[in-house]
Amino acid sequence: MTIRKWFKSGAPWIWLNAGAIAVSVIMVVGLLTLILVRGFGHFWPAPILETQVTTPEGGSVRVVGELVRSETIPARVMRQSGMSVPADLEVATRHLIKQGNRDVTGRDFMWYPEWAMSQWRYPDAAMWIERREWGDFYGFPLRLLEDGRVIAEGKTQVWEALQPRIERANHIHEQIESIQRGEIGRVNYLMERVRLDQRRAQMAFEQGEIDAAERDRRLAELEERKQELSARYQELRQQLQELYDQVDRDVLVARVADGREWQVPLAQIVRAAQPNAMGVFQKLGLYGERLWNFFTGYPREANTEGGIFPAIFGTVAMVFVMSIIVTPFGVLAAIYLREYARQGTLLRMIRISVYNLAGVPSIVFGVFGLGFFVYFVGGAIDEAFFPAALPSPTFGTPGLLWASLTLALLTLPVVIVATEEGLARIPSTVRHGSLALGATKSETLWRVVVPLATPAMMTGLILAIARAAGEVAPLMLVGVVKLAPTLPVDGNFPYVHLERKIMHLGFHIYDVGFQSPNVEAAQPLVYATAMTLVVLIVVLNLTAINIRNRLREKYRGESD
Amino acid sequence: MNESVAASPERGVPGAQQGLLPSGRHRARLRRWRAFKDSAARYGIGTAGVGVVIALGLIFVYLFSEVLPLLTPADVKPLQRYELPVESGAQPVYLSMERYEELGVVFSDQGEVSFFETGSGKVRERIPLPIPEGVEVTAFSHAETGQNLAVYGLSDGRILVGRHTYGLTYPDDRRYIDPGIEYPLGKAPLELDPQGRSLKAVAIQEGNNGFAVAAITADQRLVFSLITTSTNLFTGETTTERDTYTLSAPPDRMRDVLVTEDHRAVYVIGDSGSLHYYDVTHPQQSLLRESRQVVPEGEEITATAFLVGTRSLITGGSDGSLDQWFLARGEDNVRRLVHARSFEDHEAAITTIAPEKSRKGFYAGDASGSLGIHYATSDRTLFLEPVADAPIKAIGVSPVYEALLVATEDGAVRFMGLRNPHPEYSLKALWGQVLYEGYEEPVYKWQSSSASNEFEPKFSLVPLTLGTLKAAFFAMLFAMPLGLMGAIYTAYFMHSSVRGFVKPTVEIMEAMPTVILGFLAGLWLAPFVENHLPAVFSILLLMPLAMILTGLGWSRLPDAIRRRVPAGLEMLVLVPVVILLGWVCVALSPVVELLFFGGNMRQWFTDIGINYDQRNALVVGMAMGFAVIPTIFSIAEDAVFNVPRHLTQGSLALGATAWQTVVGVVLPTASPGMFAAVMMGFGRAVGETMIVLMATGNTPVMDFSLFSGMRTLSANVAVEMPETAVGSTHYRILFLSALVLLVITFIVNTASEIIRQRLRQRYSNL
Repeated sequence: MTIRKWFKSGAPWIWLNAGAIAVSVIMVVGLLTLILVRGFGHFWPAPILETQVTTPEGGSVRVVGELVRSETIPARVMRQSGMSVPADLEVATRHLIKQGNRDVTGRDFMWYPEWAMSQWRYPDAAMWIERREWGDFYGFPLRLLEDGRVIAEGKTQVWEALQPRIERANHIHEQIESIQRGEIGRVNYLMERVRLDQRRAQMAFEQGEIDAAERDRRLAELEERKQELSARYQELRQQLQELYDQVDRDVLVARVADGREWQVPLAQIVRAAQPNAMGVFQKLGLYGERLWNFFTGYPREANTEGGIFPAIFGTVAMVFVMSIIVTPFGVLAAIYLREYARQGTLLRMIRISVYNLAGVPSIVFGVFGLGFFVYFVGGAIDEAFFPAALPSPTFGTPGLLWASLTLALLTLPVVIVATEEGLARIPSTVRHGSLALGATKSETLWRVVVPLATPAMMTGLILAIARAAGEVAPLMLVGVVKLAPTLPVDGNFPYVHLERKIMHLGFHIYDVGFQSPNVEAAQPLVYATAMTLVVLIVVLNLTAINIRNRLREKYRGESD
Repeated sequence: MNESVAASPERGVPGAQQGLLPSGRHRARLRRWRAFKDSAARYGIGTAGVGVVIALGLIFVYLFSEVLPLLTPADVKPLQRYELPVESGAQPVYLSMERYEELGVVFSDQGEVSFFETGSGKVRERIPLPIPEGVEVTAFSHAETGQNLAVYGLSDGRILVGRHTYGLTYPDDRRYIDPGIEYPLGKAPLELDPQGRSLKAVAIQEGNNGFAVAAITADQRLVFSLITTSTNLFTGETTTERDTYTLSAPPDRMRDVLVTEDHRAVYVIGDSGSLHYYDVTHPQQSLLRESRQVVPEGEEITATAFLVGTRSLITGGSDGSLDQWFLARGEDNVRRLVHARSFEDHEAAITTIAPEKSRKGFYAGDASGSLGIHYATSDRTLFLEPVADAPIKAIGVSPVYEALLVATEDGAVRFMGLRNPHPEYSLKALWGQVLYEGYEEPVYKWQSSSASNEFEPKFSLVPLTLGTLKAAFFAMLFAMPLGLMGAIYTAYFMHSSVRGFVKPTVEIMEAMPTVILGFLAGLWLAPFVENHLPAVFSILLLMPLAMILTGLGWSRLPDAIRRRVPAGLEMLVLVPVVILLGWVCVALSPVVELLFFGGNMRQWFTDIGINYDQRNALVVGMAMGFAVIPTIFSIAEDAVFNVPRHLTQGSLALGATAWQTVVGVVLPTASPGMFAAVMMGFGRAVGETMIVLMATGNTPVMDFSLFSGMRTLSANVAVEMPETAVGSTHYRILFLSALVLLVITFIVNTASEIIRQRLRQRYSNL
C-alpha cells in the first residue's frame, strides 16, 4: 500500500480517532492516579534530609526537612524572580523543602536551588514531630525535661523515654477534648435553652397567656436551673485546669537545623517519629495510624491539619437526610408517571422537562434553595415556632435540612429516571399474569412490579447519593460552612439538629485549597480529602453500574 | 373489571366450599376494602406524583417571582395633607425625614427649623435659629443628604451652620425620637466674607478634614473657605480655623454655587444658564477650568443638586430639562466636565431637586406641581405625574424610600407613600453600555458592591455572559474533538473487549465532583501550564501528527507483527506513544523555552503585548473540557453504536473502506445524536460553577483572550449571593442571572432530548 493510498483510505482519521480516545483514557487514568498517589502518599513517613545550602551572600545554612517536589525551569525565569543564578547555568533545578518549624523560622516551605546544595544526608536521629500548633517540627532530640528537671539525655535515652510520655500527654489531651467537646458543649447547649425558655416565659406573659405570678414562678425555676448549670460549668473549668497543669509537665528539648535549642512541650505533640531509622513495617504502622487519624480526627490550624471527620460526618448526614426525602418522592413520582398518568403529549413534555432538570446547573438549585427554603420557608418556621430566639434565626439560616432538601430536589430527576427505566423493563407478561389472577392494580404494583423494580430504584438512589456527595456549588449557599463547631447529631435532646450548619468534603476541598493562607501546607490535605471523595464516589458509581448490569442480564433472561 | 373475575366463584359453586371460603358478607367487605386500597393508592400516588412535578415547576415560578419585582414601576400614593408648620409668610427651603419616617423637618427662609409628625403635621419642636438682631437670612443650602448639615447665609456676610439630629431612646420599650439642632461650628454666626457683604448664595460640604463653604456675595464675588475644627481635650472647647480665598468670578452673573464633598471642585451657576467648574484642589491657585451652557438661550437653571457622593451634579432648567454632569479624568489625567445624560423633560420649570440618600436617584418637582422620579445609572424616569396644583417648593425623601414629603407654594405639605424599590434596573443598565460616574466613555462593567455607601453599583450582565460563553467555548474546543472522535472510535472501531473497559472508565468521570477538577485545575494545572507553556503548545501541535505517523509506521510494519494485534486495538498502540510524547514535551519544555522564547515564554507573551494570567481560559478550557468529555462521549457513543449494523455492512460490502463507511453512512445517520451530545455538553459547560470558580481569577473582563481569566454567571452567583441583602436589586439581579442560566440550559437540554428521541424512532424504523 502506498502512502498516498493509505491516506486516501482514511486510515489517518481512524488513527486520530483512536488517539482521541487514547488521550481521554490517559487523562482519566492519570487524574485518578495523581489524586490517589498524592492523597495516599501524604501519610507515608518521608525521609528527612539534611544538607548545607550556600546563600547568595556567601554564607551557609543547614537545612533539615522533607523534599516536597523538584522542578527544572529555565535559569532566566529564576533570574527574573530576583534570584542569583550562576552565569553558566541555563536550566536550573530547584527543590521545595518542607522544613517545618513555623514558630522557629517563620517559613515552613522553602525553595532551595540545587546548585547551592551540598550532598544530602539522611541522619538516623532526625526527628519528625506532628504538633497541635505551628505545624510539623523537624530536629534532633537532646534532652527531656520533667517539671524543668532533666530526666533523659542523649539520643537513644531521650527517644526511649519520649514515647510513653507522649502517650500519657495524649491521653490527658483526650480527656481535655472530651470535657470540652462533650460536657462543656452540653452545658453551653443547656444554658442556651434556659435563656430561650426565659424569653419564652416573658413573651407568654406579654401576650397574656400566663399571669405575672406564673411567669415569676417559671423564671425563678429557670434561674435556679441556670445557677446549677453555671456551678457545673465552674466545676468543669476546674477539672480542665487540673488537666492542663498535668499535661504541661514534660518538655522535649531539641536541636533545630540552625543549631539552636528549642523546647517542644509534650502537650503539643501528637506523635513523633524518626523516619530515617524506621523499617518498612514500622513505617506501614505509622502510615496506618496517620490515615486512621485523618479519617477520624478533627481539623486543626484552620483546617490545614488534623482530620476531616466532621466533613465526612456532615456529608454522610446530609446525604442520609436527602435520601430519606428523595427516595419516596422520586419513586412515587416515577410510578405515577409510568403507571397512572394518562400517556400523551402533555405527559411527554412533563417527562422531558423532569429529565432535563438533571442537566440544570446546580447553582440554580442553590439559589432556589436559599431564596425559597432558607429565607421564605425557614423565615416562616422561625416566626411560627421559634419566636423566642429571634432575631437570631433558627431555621431561617442555611443549615442541614435546607442543604438536604435542595439536594433532594437536585437529585429527584435522577431517581425518577432510574425508577422509570426499571419499571419500563418489567415485562408486561408479569403484570398481565398478576392482573389475570384477580389482583387489583395497586396489588399488582406493590406485590409484583415494585419489588421487581427495586434494584432499579437502588441504582437511582445510589446515583443520586453519588451526585449529592460531590455537589458543592449549591451547598455554599444553603448550609455548608468551613468550620462547624458542633456536629448535627449529638447527645443533647433532640439528638438530631437539622438546623445546624455542616461541614462537607467537597466544600472542604474548595475552602482549604483556595481560602487558606498557607496553600503549600494545606495542599497534601486537600489531595487526601479529594482522594476520600473520589474513592467514595467511584465506589458508589461502580456499585450502581454493577446493579444495573446485573438487572439487565436478569430481565433479558426472563423476558425472552 | 378485576372485581368481576374475583367474584365469579362465589356465584358459581353455591355452598360447595362453605367451610373453606369466608362468608359472602365477609368477602364483600374484603372486596370493598381492596377496592378502597386500590383507589387510595391511585389517588395517593397521583397526589405525590403531581406534587413532585409541581415542586420541580416551582423552581421556575419562584425564580421568576423573585425577578418580577424588578419590573414594578415606582408609585406615589397621597396619604395626608396639612399646613406647613412654618411661621406665616415664610417659605420652606429644605424638607427632610428621618429614617423611621415618623418625623419630618422643615427649614424656613426665615431661619427657623420645625420638626413635625409626618402622619398628622403636628409640630413636635420648633427651633428658631440664633440669628442676631437686625440681620436677615439671605441664602440657604443643605449639604449631602446623609450629613444632615445645613447652612444659612446672612446679610452681614456671616454664616450659621446647623445639623439636625434625631436621638433615639426607648422609654418603656417604645421608640421615641428626640429631634434637635447641633451647631458644629458654634452657635454664633461665623464670618465668611471678610468684607461683610450680604451673601447671595452659599454652599457647604463636610469632608474628611473639615468643612468647605463657598458663597456668592451681593457684589458678585466668589468666596471659598476651608474650615477646620479642633476640640480641646481638657476644656472641651471647640476652636475653628479657617482659610478664606476669593476666586475669580466667571464672565456672567452668578446665581448659585455648589461645592463637592472632597473639597476639590466648586460649581457656579450663571444667570444665563451656564455651568462653571472651578478646580479648588489647591485653593491658592484655583482657577475656572471649564464653562458649559446647560440650557438654551433665554432659559435659565432653576434648580441644582448633587447625587449622593457629590460626584454627579443634576441641573434643572426653566424649560423643564434635567441633566446630569460629572467630572471624568481623561488620558492626560485632567478632570473634565462630562454631560452624562438628559432625563425626561418636565412640562414646567424645575423648582426643586431632592437626591436619594444612598442611591443615584433623585426627585424633581416643577412649577406645575408635577413630581418626577428619575434614576441616573439606569437612565430611567420612573414616575412623572402631577401630585399638586401649586408649584412644588421642596421635597423631602425618606432615607428608606418609603415616604415622601412634598411642600407647595400655597403652604401645604403632602405626606405620600412611596414605592420605588428597584430603580437601578433597566434593560439598558443590564445589557447596554452605561456611562458611569467618573467614566469618560460608556462601558460594560460588573461591579456590584464596594465598601463605600456612595459607590455606584454597576450591573452589566454583558461581561458575565461573555465570560460564560468564553469558558464554555474553550471547553468545547477542547472537549468536542476528543469526545466525538473518541466516541466514533469506541463505538465503531474498537474491539469489544477493550470497549468494555474504556466506556465505563470515561463515563465514570461524569460523576467526578467538579470541585476536585477545579481544585486540580487551580492548584496543579495552572502552575504547571504556566511553567511549561512550550510543552502545552507542542503537545497540542505534535499530538495529532504523532498519531498519524504512528499509524503510518504501523502500516509499514511486516504483516507478521501486525496480525498479532487484532483490528480495533489501535488505541492500545497509541497509549505508549501519547505518554511518551507527553513526557518528552514536558522534559524538553525548558530547552524549547531557552531556544525560542528567550528562556521565559510567559515573559515573551508579555513582551509581545499579551497579558498572561496564571488562571486563564486555557486552563479552564482544559479542566472544564475534561468535565464535559464524558457527557459528549457517552451520548455520541450511544448514537454511533446504535446505527443499525446492516447499513454499515452494506456499505462495506459495496467496497467502501472503513473510514468511507463512517463518513458516508455512520455519521449522517448518527449526526443528530452527536449534535445532541454537543448540546448537552455545552449546557453543562455553561452552568458549571466550581471549576470556573477555582480555575479562573473571577475578574469580569470583556475580552476573549486565551490567556486571561473571566467571571461566569454561575460563579458570580456563587460568590455574591451569600453576601447580598435579601430583596435588594443586586439580589434580584442575581436571581435573574440564575433564571437566565436555567432557561438557557433548559432550552438546550430539551432540544437535544427531543433530537435524541426522534433519532431513536428513526433507528427503530430503519
